Amino acid sequence: MTMATATTTDPMLPQPYSVRQVVKETADTFTLTLEPSNGAGGNRFQPGQFSMLWVFGVGELPISISGDPAERNRLAYTVRSVGQATHALVSREVGGAVGVRGPFGTGWPVEKAEGRDVLVVAGGIGLAPLRPVIYEVLHHREKYGRLVVLYGARSPRELLYRKELAAWARQHETQVLSTVDYGGLSWRGQVGVVTTLFKYARLQPERSLAFACGPEIMMRFVARDLETRGLARENIYLSMERNMKCALGFCGHCQYGPHFICKDGPIFRYDQMRPLLEKYEL
Amino acid sequence: MHAPALLTLDQLARLVPALHSRGYQVVGPTVRDGAIVYDVLEGISDLPVGWTDEQEAGRYRLRRRNDDALFGYVVGPQSWKKYVHPAEVRLLTAERSGHTFRILNNDPSPPRRAFLGVRACELAAIAVQDRVLQGDRYRDPIYAARREGIFIVAVNCTQAAPTCFCTSMGTGPRVRGAYDLALTELVGPGKHEFVIEAGSDAGAEVLAELAPSAPSEAVCQEAEAAVERAASQIQRRMDTTGIRDLLYTNFDHPRWDNVAQRCLTCANCTMVCPTCFCTTVEDVSDVTGMHAERWRKWDSCFTQNFSYIHGGNIRSSAKSRYRQWMTHKLASWIDQFGSSGCVGCGRCITWCPVGIDITEEVRAIRESPASSKESSHGNP
Ligand SMILES: Cc1cc2nc3c(=O)[nH]c(=O)nc-3n(C[C@H](O)[C@H](O)[C@H](O)COP(=O)(O)OP(=O)(O)OC[C@H]3O[C@@H](n4cnc5c(N)ncnc54)[C@H](O)[C@@H]3O)c2cc1C
Ligand code: SF4
Ligand code: SF4
Repeated sequence: MTMATATTTDPMLPQPYSVRQVVKETADTFTLTLEPSNGAGGNRFQPGQFSMLWVFGVGELPISISGDPAERNRLAYTVRSVGQATHALVSREVGGAVGVRGPFGTGWPVEKAEGRDVLVVAGGIGLAPLRPVIYEVLHHREKYGRLVVLYGARSPRELLYRKELAAWARQHETQVLSTVDYGGLSWRGQVGVVTTLFKYARLQPERSLAFACGPEIMMRFVARDLETRGLARENIYLSMERNMKCALGFCGHCQYGPHFICKDGPIFRYDQMRPLLEKYEL
Repeated sequence: MHAPALLTLDQLARLVPALHSRGYQVVGPTVRDGAIVYDVLEGISDLPVGWTDEQEAGRYRLRRRNDDALFGYVVGPQSWKKYVHPAEVRLLTAERSGHTFRILNNDPSPPRRAFLGVRACELAAIAVQDRVLQGDRYRDPIYAARREGIFIVAVNCTQAAPTCFCTSMGTGPRVRGAYDLALTELVGPGKHEFVIEAGSDAGAEVLAELAPSAPSEAVCQEAEAAVERAASQIQRRMDTTGIRDLLYTNFDHPRWDNVAQRCLTCANCTMVCPTCFCTTVEDVSDVTGMHAERWRKWDSCFTQNFSYIHGGNIRSSAKSRYRQWMTHKLASWIDQFGSSGCVGCGRCITWCPVGIDITEEVRAIRESPASSKESSHGNP
């Protein structure tokens, strides 16, 4: 692979990766596994970081890394097709090219979670950036206390990683609960928003760290509820989303009050976010 | 510190050739289509000789002066960001090759440029953009390549426009900071000369070639007085005391609704502002689908889809967009980059089609602030 005069250190130039695997998760959501086209080692990442994925001639988007941080040479992304660029991305076939920049942004503070109970709260596609945390905890089970995963989706058919959810639930000291907005006849699980699962979570709030990702309104309720259940604001982390064109703090699009979500986030402590979350059209 | 020197008009005329011979493309103010813009200068006669500008909120026009001053005006609709952070720039060209793609090249490196006629507020604006685009976590390679090695000839303002408020922002009218040469023009009956100071070794070296003379104490004092005069002409004020918290705590102030009634969300203010840096990226590909390019273009927080994420625009009202612009400029910029994002050049006031005045908007909020019970924005 030649890069002509372009320097590989230029943070604005995508590196060519090729698609190794495409897994259909739901009707509109796919997990793509990418490997560098030039055989070079993949980029290491921290759970919660994201990449900018470029589809040749179409566009570039921020997408969280959803794979296992222990897998050094591949990067997995779970993408929900909602528009032109995400559609083009999920339509890539095995062997196709995707440009990758990154990883960018802050990760979930997994080190801080050592010796504590870990509570993962996800809504919809929000489970994707949290899956690396689950892998991390399960790989190093002895370092952490209990792992509780609470997951909400619109309907049973929209639950991501269904097989894995079941497998995680069988792990030692691990609890996985899902809920849906609309259950249908065959659904035997919970119905309702994700906060309705809190009462079933077996963990000690004072020694827990919570990581949440989902629609902003959901995170607002989740954080508020967790606080009333005894988690300190400083122990609740949220992954925020805004429009992003560069991921480097140059394009200005992702500003959220004083923060650039791309470089100061996307993961923030709830005590930093709380005053901003109240502000409509900030 | 280099001692001030004195140049006659003829000696100053040698400056442009001296810069050319060192390989610089010289750019600076010139008259075009009824405005003073920045463009390539072949000599000092390309400057707006004998012109001045009249500016007020929502109003700009050129007028003849009764002398041949080279720098007898303030700032126009453009700023130096047009060179260092251009309105459109190609980020990359790529070509399909088999199943993968190749990045072909970046654009050729830009010419080495000399900026002739940089005002104090503009020097401050360049420093602000330096901080944003190459002084934070990442360095923008496009900006850095264009910025590096620029030779700056600064000019002290000896008159101010009614829209200027650099004195409130602490940026002018006297140039401070990183310039190579700084000059003050003295023009009057039977007199046309320039007090000039080098601010760098490169500047001193160029200045020596112009064979200046040593100015008398009286001439130096006259130059000082001319800059003082500009400072004393400045009428507009912005009280920046506690401005960050003032704006953070007034997120729900009724004035935002008031300004939204007037603002057309045309984005002029962001285009003319010398510190506004926001961009978007556009992808293009040719009909064969074999070539693709990515272009970076100036964008504005006043546009509807600037804040678009799946499901809608975060800032859909005009109120929220004006508030974002002004709050960023004057408040969150301080948290982000350690200084105000406004240098007091007045361009946004002049070029706003409806004459919205940022100093007036601040005053209106300050005069009837919300209760300070409301929590301040994000800062523990
Ligand atoms: C840090 C971060 C992580 C993300 N992780 C994931 C993930 O793991 N999986 C996933 O499916 N989605 C993720 N998203 C959202 C994803 O980027 C958008 O769904 C996507 O950009 C929509 O592009 P589109 O062209 O398909 O849709 P359209 O709705 O047609 O969008 C048009 C353009 O608007 C912009 N845009 C639209 N929505 C967003 C958005 N939500 N965020 C930023 N820019 C947007 C993009 O520039 C896009 O090209 C993430 C967003 C952020 C900011
Ligand atoms: S906000 Fe207005 S006055 Fe301030 S630097 Fe920008 S254009 Fe000049
Ligand atoms: S403030 Fe004035 S220049 Fe800026 S967007 Fe509104 S109308 Fe346009």
